Amino acid sequence: MKYSSQMVAKPYFIFALILLAGEIVFGLAMGAQYLYGDFLFPAIPFNVLRMVHTNLLIVLLLFGFMGATYYLIPEESERELWSPMLAKLTFWVFAAAGVATILGYLFVPYATLSASLANSFWPTMGREFLEQPTITKVGIVLVVLSYILNTTMTVIMGRKTTISVILLTGLFGLAFFFLFAFYVPENLVMDKFFWWFVVHLWVEATWELILGALLAFVLIKTTGVDREHIDKWLYLIIAMTLISGLAGTGHHFFFIGTPGYWLWIGSIASAAEPIPFFLMILFAYNMAKNRRIQHDNKIALTWAKGTAVVGFLGAGVWGFMHTLAPINYYTHGTQLTAAHGHLSFFGAYVMICFTLISYAMPILRGRPHGNGPKSQKVELASFWMMVLGMIGLTLALTVAGIMQIQMQRLPDAAQALGFMETQAAISAVYMVRLAFGVMVLLGLLTYFYSFFVKEEKAYA
Amino acid sequence: MSKILSQKEPYPPGDFAIWIIVYVELLTFGLLFAGYAFSRRVNLQMFNDSQLLLNQSIGFINTLILITSSFFIVKAVQKIKNMTQSNGYKSSIIASKWLLAAMLLGILFLVLKFTEFSHLFAQGITLSTNTFFMFYLLLTMFHFMHVSLGVIILFNLYQKTKIHGYSPENCRGLETGALYWHLVDLLWIVLFPLVYILR
Repeated sequence: MKYSSQMVAKPYFIFALILLAGEIVFGLAMGAQYLYGDFLFPAIPFNVLRMVHTNLLIVLLLFGFMGATYYLIPEESERELWSPMLAKLTFWVFAAAGVATILGYLFVPYATLSASLANSFWPTMGREFLEQPTITKVGIVLVVLSYILNTTMTVIMGRKTTISVILLTGLFGLAFFFLFAFYVPENLVMDKFFWWFVVHLWVEATWELILGALLAFVLIKTTGVDREHIDKWLYLIIAMTLISGLAGTGHHFFFIGTPGYWLWIGSIASAAEPIPFFLMILFAYNMAKNRRIQHDNKIALTWAKGTAVVGFLGAGVWGFMHTLAPINYYTHGTQLTAAHGHLSFFGAYVMICFTLISYAMPILRGRPHGNGPKSQKVELASFWMMVLGMIGLTLALTVAGIMQIQMQRLPDAAQALGFMETQAAISAVYMVRLAFGVMVLLGLLTYFYSFFVKEEKAYA
Repeated sequence: MSKILSQKEPYPPGDFAIWIIVYVELLTFGLLFAGYAFSRRVNLQMFNDSQLLLNQSIGFINTLILITSSFFIVKAVQKIKNMTQSNGYKSSIIASKWLLAAMLLGILFLVLKFTEFSHLFAQGITLSTNTFFMFYLLLTMFHFMHVSLGVIILFNLYQKTKIHGYSPENCRGLETGALYWHLVDLLWIVLFPLVYILR
């Protein structure tokens, strides 16, 4: 570790992993509810499980990005973090607020939570993924602002690199688009329209900049390829991301009451959206092929290549499957959407967090060359368990989605099955989905175990 | 790929990255052109009637403007490529003037296009008027944004050329910018007959 302030990244990484475990457990509980409707009822109904599952995902990724940034920025800027104390304070504030919010979801009925936290004063609650009480949203803004302040000051006072500038651009975008979480128009169409400004422009625009910057950092460190080459790739990927991602918001405006021209804008821009993800695969594999050093931390490079490939599959391929308007007419809001959501979030964002954690954690724990071979072997097993588990889960959801479309969407109204009848008819597929979900959890537990593997003395 | 990006071969000219952008742009505009053609087939009468509201003269003048500016870019690149040690400074100045002329033509294109848009908007035409105008506005506004970016690129090329920033061996940036401008020109050459003329 070059700079002692990089150490502040450690609690962020650990907490992100704990939240991931929680997210998967709640996901499994939901998977069980698809099979046994009264599982955990009335203690935790489906809507609460879903809210916790998705909110944990967002918070864990924010923790992951923060940890990654606090590790990366001092090295890129060639100086200590502007304020390690602020980063530590932010961690505890964010962790406490996050835990309190999740406990609130679990133990207080949502309507009571809304009433007791004066949501009527500035109503922002009740929207998917943005269910957080207004006060929590204000807290998120403050935390993100302190995070951006710390990062920006470090960059301003130190060396400016393409990676740090692109990362900062992504962070400013993240902060800016979250502000739309506070804008809730009365008109339902307008409400949905601006809701996507947060959701889509996070995951398919600004977060992709963060992903690109983090991936580039790990590739520089593990391959030793010239920064000049990496920068050029990064610019190309980012340009493609912004062009396709911004206009691609249109694919969310199909059939929700917005003007018809969105069908064309959304379909055509979305056709270009897989391109930056495909470029990321070329980027990762070419850098690995032309590497100048053999870094001992091989597993970090495996995660880097993995995030490029699985991100392309989940976001690019599974996204494109249903972003053309005539197809989306039938697939809108089916399990096919869930399949895309699961693999893209995992491939693009959870895996980039694993990439950074696998690269940085050994260094933060005093192992500059990475974990020992035994530990890396265990981690490799966990990599495949999680990746194959998520791909299996996605394929199961894809089959479920296709069956749902066949039974519920394609037939005319008189012959189409209702939502619940359709769900019952595809329950066997949900069993397969649940089994793969268990495999993902076992993979994560194996990953945790890799931290505690004892090496031969010569290596330790 | 890294090799292609780092070690410059004489052909194809320009940076490898610009070729990826060219393919993506052609794909995107190609999809829009295909969408236009498909929709026109379904609503031929409405497309023909709506087309009459366009100003073909401005469209034609703009076509000449872009083709001429592309020619000026070719002259600029040629001047740099044929530069010798003895005439280096003079060649750079001449090349920069070709670029400046191309840039000014680009600005003229934007002004004329802006006038055309203003006229249509004054008539109450929007993206929602009908399918023809949806495609017309999507295609031409998207192209307008490309020309605007092109003008900025040409300005940067002009600035660098003026200070003798390129040589026959080191003109990748110039070639890359020139390629972008030719792309913008090519797209218009397809767009103009398709949207303004074809009946």
